[in-house]
Amino acid sequence: MKLTLKIWRQNGANDKGHFKSYDVVANEEMSFLEMLDVLNEELINRKEEPVVFDHDCREGICGACSMVINGKPHGPLRKTTTCQLHMRHFKDGDTIHVEPYRAKAFPVIKDLMVDRTAFDRVIQTGGYISVNTGGAQDANNIPIAQSIAEKSMDAAACIGCGACVAACPNGAAMLFVSAKLNHLNLLPQGEVEKLERTHKMIDRMEKEGFGACSNIGACEVECPKDIQLINIARMNRWYFSSAFAGDQ
Amino acid sequence: MEIKWKIGDELKGNVPPGPLDQKWNKYKDKQKLVAPNNKRNVEIIVIGTGLAGGGAAAALGELGYIVKCFTFHDSPRRAHSIAAQGGINAAKNYQNDGDTIYRLFYDTIKGGDYRSRESNVHRLAEASVDIIDHCVATGVPFARDYGGLLENRSFGGVQVKRTFYARGQTGQQLLLATYQSLNRQIAKGTVTMYNRHEMVDLVKIDGEARGVIVRNLLTGKLERYGAHAVVLATGGYGNLYYLSTNAMNSNASAAWKAVKRGAYMANPCYVQIHPTCIPESGEYQSKLTLMSESLRNDGRVWVPWKEDDVQAIRNKSKQPKDIPEDRRDYFLERMYPAFGNLVPRDVAARAIKKVCDEGRGVNATGRAVFLDFEDAIMRYGKSEAHQQGLSNPDKSTIRSLGEKIVEAKYGNLFEMYEKITGVDPYHTPMMIYPAVHYTMGGLWVDYNVQTNIPGLFAIGECNFSDHGANRLGASALMQGLADGFFVIPYTITNYLADKIKVPKADINHPAFEEAEKSTRERFEKLLSIQGNQSIESLHRKLGKIMWNLAGISRTAENLSKAVEEIRALRKEFWEDVYVPGSMDEYNPELEKANRVADFLELGELLATDAFHRNESCGGHYREEFKTEEGEPLRMDDEFAYIAAWEWPNTNEEPILHKEDLNFEVVKPTTRSYK
Repeated sequence: MKLTLKIWRQNGANDKGHFKSYDVVANEEMSFLEMLDVLNEELINRKEEPVVFDHDCREGICGACSMVINGKPHGPLRKTTTCQLHMRHFKDGDTIHVEPYRAKAFPVIKDLMVDRTAFDRVIQTGGYISVNTGGAQDANNIPIAQSIAEKSMDAAACIGCGACVAACPNGAAMLFVSAKLNHLNLLPQGEVEKLERTHKMIDRMEKEGFGACSNIGACEVECPKDIQLINIARMNRWYFSSAFAGDQ
Repeated sequence: MEIKWKIGDELKGNVPPGPLDQKWNKYKDKQKLVAPNNKRNVEIIVIGTGLAGGGAAAALGELGYIVKCFTFHDSPRRAHSIAAQGGINAAKNYQNDGDTIYRLFYDTIKGGDYRSRESNVHRLAEASVDIIDHCVATGVPFARDYGGLLENRSFGGVQVKRTFYARGQTGQQLLLATYQSLNRQIAKGTVTMYNRHEMVDLVKIDGEARGVIVRNLLTGKLERYGAHAVVLATGGYGNLYYLSTNAMNSNASAAWKAVKRGAYMANPCYVQIHPTCIPESGEYQSKLTLMSESLRNDGRVWVPWKEDDVQAIRNKSKQPKDIPEDRRDYFLERMYPAFGNLVPRDVAARAIKKVCDEGRGVNATGRAVFLDFEDAIMRYGKSEAHQQGLSNPDKSTIRSLGEKIVEAKYGNLFEMYEKITGVDPYHTPMMIYPAVHYTMGGLWVDYNVQTNIPGLFAIGECNFSDHGANRLGASALMQGLADGFFVIPYTITNYLADKIKVPKADINHPAFEEAEKSTRERFEKLLSIQGNQSIESLHRKLGKIMWNLAGISRTAENLSKAVEEIRALRKEFWEDVYVPGSMDEYNPELEKANRVADFLELGELLATDAFHRNESCGGHYREEFKTEEGEPLRMDDEFAYIAAWEWPNTNEEPILHKEDLNFEVVKPTTRSYK
């Protein structure tokens, strides 16, 4: 299949950036990133600069791959990361626009690669349970209802790719932050620090330049791991209940 | 071509005295400590943020050391531990099915085909119990039963249920818990995290590891960092084979830089090849994806008997279901009637390669076999129809009932397969082929997980120590967490207790100057060649040599051919590689070039090790050493030792240091699957 790619090229955060057009011959068995590998191999052979993009496991779990394909983070397929998107979902002759995530808190580093360290900084403010190594009691001492453990796991499945932020017109990180809060706050082990954690992470989220939530729901639609909006609802409940009670 | 090596001094594992089950506790009783006020002056460098590295950095930060932690990823959360699916073993005996620490120890020694150090493996089994407690306390949402207690499942090579899991994402959940503990320390300031920084050299002062040269990948600048000790937790070298289930950026360079500075590489020939991966679909293939071993419970593996059927399937003029039963070769069932499709990984991998080598592979590349669920679907469907009391159900009713049962068991795997291949495995058999996915070999370490360079430690998949010649399923996560959280905090403290009066490393020391200079020259050399071949294409060539000549099945002849071809390719690389861009910028091609150049040396050492080991054991199968039934034949009299290799200089003979394996508790016997 012959494709025309319009790829965003941007040499560093201060460069204005532009779309550049490339023709590439792909086949349906390739993953989207393998198609970009083929393009890069050609560019290298022509001694042109290859397109920069983040990627690693190519199994849909590390969260490194990002990019916006035809206006959608991770491309057209629901619940699928870019690395698991295959070319059979495109047609011969297609023109495909590929650009980086666009959000204030994720500055472009180069081409399709953005800086997502704001996520790490949000986690650093409270996205953990404060226990040191070695002091834990027996793992079966606290039973956890299966339904609770499953809800926690649903939220913990977040891969930290940032598609939710890229999908949101406000550049909000509510889905990401709420996923971590639900993962930890729902568990008895995480209950102790629940309110403090919620406040600290939300404060940090705002300081990092992520926008506010206006209940659009694009984050849930574009999330490759199917993280649900209910997590945001629970987060808000924790946040407001403690705020009104004057706990924070 | 003749492969040569020299024999060096014997090595000692520094195993503490006493009965096996008391060694670790006695070690902890007697080890030297560092007081809290002194810890604040002692610096430790940790390279890598997977389960081992992230765990070590977090645990050492908690203790109050000054920790500097490095990863080439954009965030510590991307480390490849994240991709592990199945689970983590621990001798908790929550199922009351007879599990003990000894039994986990014994299974691991036997699974490793009696090629690992007893004392390390026993310590691993002891730590496994603490790991689960720690993980639950830090918020890992393990699977639970209806009573709210932890659930377990069974894995290959064992008779108890001791595997803890979080859906098919156990590695992800353990890594995130580790990452979160690490972030807590980063927030406290005990750990300084350096993202997108890659270690490019080790710095030794007076024979001790005192620092590293790292490249800031965003700016391209070389930076110097000093410490009282350096911990490598940089994973395995599976990507030496180009195609593997490893992540794209996984590499062996940090470990190999240590080897170039005098560390020994132990048992590099022990590579685990997993039989059930999604096959290559073409030359552009970048990596391979694992399909869980559990599928072989219900899938039947086959290829056509006849050449014309093979061709018809390859050119798609026939579908697999068009091939009648009598023209199908269910080769695992035929070759291993007792175990059938559930033979161990290495046996299955060899058999699949054999039928493909005979020209009977079923995809365009000729390297795939079918894994067929038709019989299972119909069997489950009939049983379900019977349970529902349906009389004389038609075939399509039975089939749809059966599909539902299969979906409940393997739905997520079938979905992943369909996403990648575009083929619906409920109606068309899966195609699978073996692929490299773990390396048991690694840097030689003693009982303290310290390499032969004082102050240089290696943990997790990066070292060689716990899995012998073959790793059991769900044991990699166990080892990473054990080494990081529960072993190195003790052993490194024992080392550092003698260093509290040693001043911080001076990064203007001539050793730092020299290391930075030689690294810069190497990068400049890579950039100056300006040849005609891309790094990717040269890496692909190396992968083919390794896979064809030092892969599933090896011979002395092929291995010496491998060494010859690797040397030629290395020459080609250094004369004709094209690396675009410059050094002082973000340049992923330059990163790759550095890593592939290292693989081109490590590959030769792997082949040399495989050539020297005149026996078959675990993942190392030599055609010349097999029983009459074709099973691997170990040569305990000659090869019951760890082969630790010194690589003085490329183009010089490597030096073999042996550490004898003394089995005090377990008696080595033949692993039999008959």
